[in-house]
Amino acid sequence: MKKRIRFVQGNEAVVEGSLYAGASFFAGYPITPSTEIAEHFSVRLPQVGGKFVQMEDELSAMCAIVGASLTGNKSITATSGPGFSLKQEALGFAVMAEIPSIIVNIQRGGPSTGNPTHGAQGDVMQARWGTHGDHSMVVMTASSIQDVFRVTIDAFNIAETFRTPVILLLDEVVGHMREKLVIPEPGEIPIIERLRTSVRTGVDYHPYQPREDGRLPMSDFGGKHRYNVTGLFHDMWGFPTTKPHMVRKLLRHMVDKIECYSNRICQYKKYYIEDAETLLISYGSSARTAMEMVSYSRKRGRKVGLLELQTLWPFPAEVVRHSCINPASVVVVEMNMGQMVQQVKAAVDDPGKIYLCNRYDGEMINFENVKDTLRIIQGKGI
Amino acid sequence: MDRESYRIIFSGSGGQGVITAAIVMAEAAALHNNLYAIQTQSYGPEARGSATRSDVIISSSEIYYPKVINPHILVCLTQEAYTKFSDTIIAGGLIIYDPYFVKPALSSDAVQQPYPMYDSIVSELNAPITLNICMLGAFTERTKIISEDSMLKVIEKRMPPKFIELNKSAFKIGVKLAKEVS
Amino acid sequence: MSFKDYIRKRFFPHIWCPGCGHGTVLHGMLSAIEELGLDKNEIVMVSGIGCSSRVVGYVDTHTLHTLHGRALAFATGVKFSRPALRCIVPMGDGDATAIGGNHFIHACRRNIDITAIVMNNRIYGMTGGQYSPLTGTGAYATTAPYSNIDYDFDIVELARGAGASFVARGTTYHTREMINILKKAVMHKGFSVVEIFSQCPTYFGRKNNIKSPIEMLEWMKDKTTPIGSKAKQENPDLIERGVFVQNEKEEYCDRYDKVIELAMNRALKEKGEK
Repeated sequence: MKKRIRFVQGNEAVVEGSLYAGASFFAGYPITPSTEIAEHFSVRLPQVGGKFVQMEDELSAMCAIVGASLTGNKSITATSGPGFSLKQEALGFAVMAEIPSIIVNIQRGGPSTGNPTHGAQGDVMQARWGTHGDHSMVVMTASSIQDVFRVTIDAFNIAETFRTPVILLLDEVVGHMREKLVIPEPGEIPIIERLRTSVRTGVDYHPYQPREDGRLPMSDFGGKHRYNVTGLFHDMWGFPTTKPHMVRKLLRHMVDKIECYSNRICQYKKYYIEDAETLLISYGSSARTAMEMVSYSRKRGRKVGLLELQTLWPFPAEVVRHSCINPASVVVVEMNMGQMVQQVKAAVDDPGKIYLCNRYDGEMINFENVKDTLRIIQGKGI
Repeated sequence: MDRESYRIIFSGSGGQGVITAAIVMAEAAALHNNLYAIQTQSYGPEARGSATRSDVIISSSEIYYPKVINPHILVCLTQEAYTKFSDTIIAGGLIIYDPYFVKPALSSDAVQQPYPMYDSIVSELNAPITLNICMLGAFTERTKIISEDSMLKVIEKRMPPKFIELNKSAFKIGVKLAKEVS
Repeated sequence: MSFKDYIRKRFFPHIWCPGCGHGTVLHGMLSAIEELGLDKNEIVMVSGIGCSSRVVGYVDTHTLHTLHGRALAFATGVKFSRPALRCIVPMGDGDATAIGGNHFIHACRRNIDITAIVMNNRIYGMTGGQYSPLTGTGAYATTAPYSNIDYDFDIVELARGAGASFVARGTTYHTREMINILKKAVMHKGFSVVEIFSQCPTYFGRKNNIKSPIEMLEWMKDKTTPIGSKAKQENPDLIERGVFVQNEKEEYCDRYDKVIELAMNRALKEKGEK
């Protein structure tokens, strides 16, 4: 059979990636620049027997996907900027109750209503820490349409493996641009299905008792086991508790199940890193501009490389530290006032050689911006 | 394709279909001509005002930066678009415009190519709505970046069934205009 | 079976204060379920936050204890994704009509097959006695120390106006009547709202100088009357109990099934054309 080849926006690639991963439920609320995701889901989901619902607001959309996930459906919502702020409450619930779910944030300029139709990458820290309390978070991103498709599938796989919400932190540029997308045959990319409990009917099932490998087999609502799900700290039955040792144990479990597997979760792409004297570190649409610089430099024999991060959280500290050992200077390219650069500085042995090349006026960071920064670092002047 | 890559801006006003035209062009390149192509566009108030634009980059190698800063080819379907974007074109570039809408500057370091597309589709088809596709016909014939066949394939796929024939006719009128002028 | 078979005994004793009406609502709800002979596995109870929300922890069905005000949004996800499940949502007055007001009216509007039980004790109990949209003008609360100036909602009219296809009111004093109403509500196909007056002696009672839970129950007895009763004609200030709205209106999941059919047919047709 011929592969399906399409020419689509990043937002549509999210939808196709989700369907490939087996998504069957979407709840959302219209917001620029993510609306096309809802529009495409409204067309595509009923075609495959799935469900689409436009909820009354952003909060309820996030709540609805948690509900739908509990009945055994791979569920997803999409939003942007202010909508992402509104989802934080229920996102925390998904963390606490350990409900697989996908939240897409097509970043736009902020704070507040900000710059709705322009790209930005200012939500990196919000994605990590937006919901209150100690927690871990998995946050993924991509810079091309093909990668958006692929990373969407990865997000679902990670959500199911680790029983966790996963944030797909794209940006307006990637969400709206169109490129070729090759949709692989079913089976070409492995799909991880939900781990369901093998505990038999009538036997006491512990929904919040991790196995030895840290995974927690689930049981669908409507299935053979009845249990409680709560946003309060809870025991192995899901029943609320305030006992200090239980609180501590649960928090530890929720953080460890992500942080102890960060090597498995973290994805990145390396371009010309081995001999790089100047290393660029970037992600999302900014990585395209960084790559433009790498391509330009290499044609001229200059040793510039790129580390493109596709997992932003858990932060791939080891990979970053290792990649930064040899280059004389490292430039973090991002469209915010310097969010990832702080993480990079904290991860490396010599923070003095880490520089920031950024832009936050709504325009996409361009080749000249990066070139100017490199020239200044090299003492050449602009 | 002569160049290794082309940076193109389609500009006009909201509702003229310049974005659709850009998508058709880029899709034809990417899916039927074995080229790399990327399309972006302005959104929101900018897309609704008098000077909206959509950028297309077509290349024989991978494209990284997706937007167009200085185009090789600029299409202008309104005066406002011409005024706003004509300065960005590279020296020696090509500006395609419709004289019904645009009075070009007297001097320019780009080639300024008028095609009376609006008048032609009104008189021959009585369908001003097809201006964008007629423009694609002229563009395709004039630039030879993408084959006519590829463009028509995408037009057939992207247009509502009822309007496929009408749009194909408009496309051919555009091709004819470009042939006549050359 | 007895209603006790629907309880998770492991998690008792419950957290409610002596004299609280919520236990009576729990009993009424379980009695209704038991009398209807419903299977525990087909029921999902979803609640928000507050004293009312703790109901779900004690019930041996699938239970989801969510966020303040958001129970109906979670329940919509559960029901819409798996329509065969029966969804019951116990809520508090602040939970349903203040922080969850938007979810409440839109669940009514969609007419999704969920039963919302609004346990109206006219106060925020869990946080210690602040006024809610149902407290009523002139009453006292810890945040209305000079008496409350807010006008209150009428839940029945709110639900009716928002499009719920079943709307009823009962009290914890009239328990048999409450059970019958709840049975009808649970069996109703569409969004059903049951407001149940419940008493909070600890906060509403104490703040408003009502000496005992018994006095609060007597208030329910004296101040309410069946819909259209002679007493109501004589004394228009009486609050009516019973079923206010019960109409047939195509349910949301059923309507979406038609969307699925349409979408599948259209996709098949398009495939055929190509």
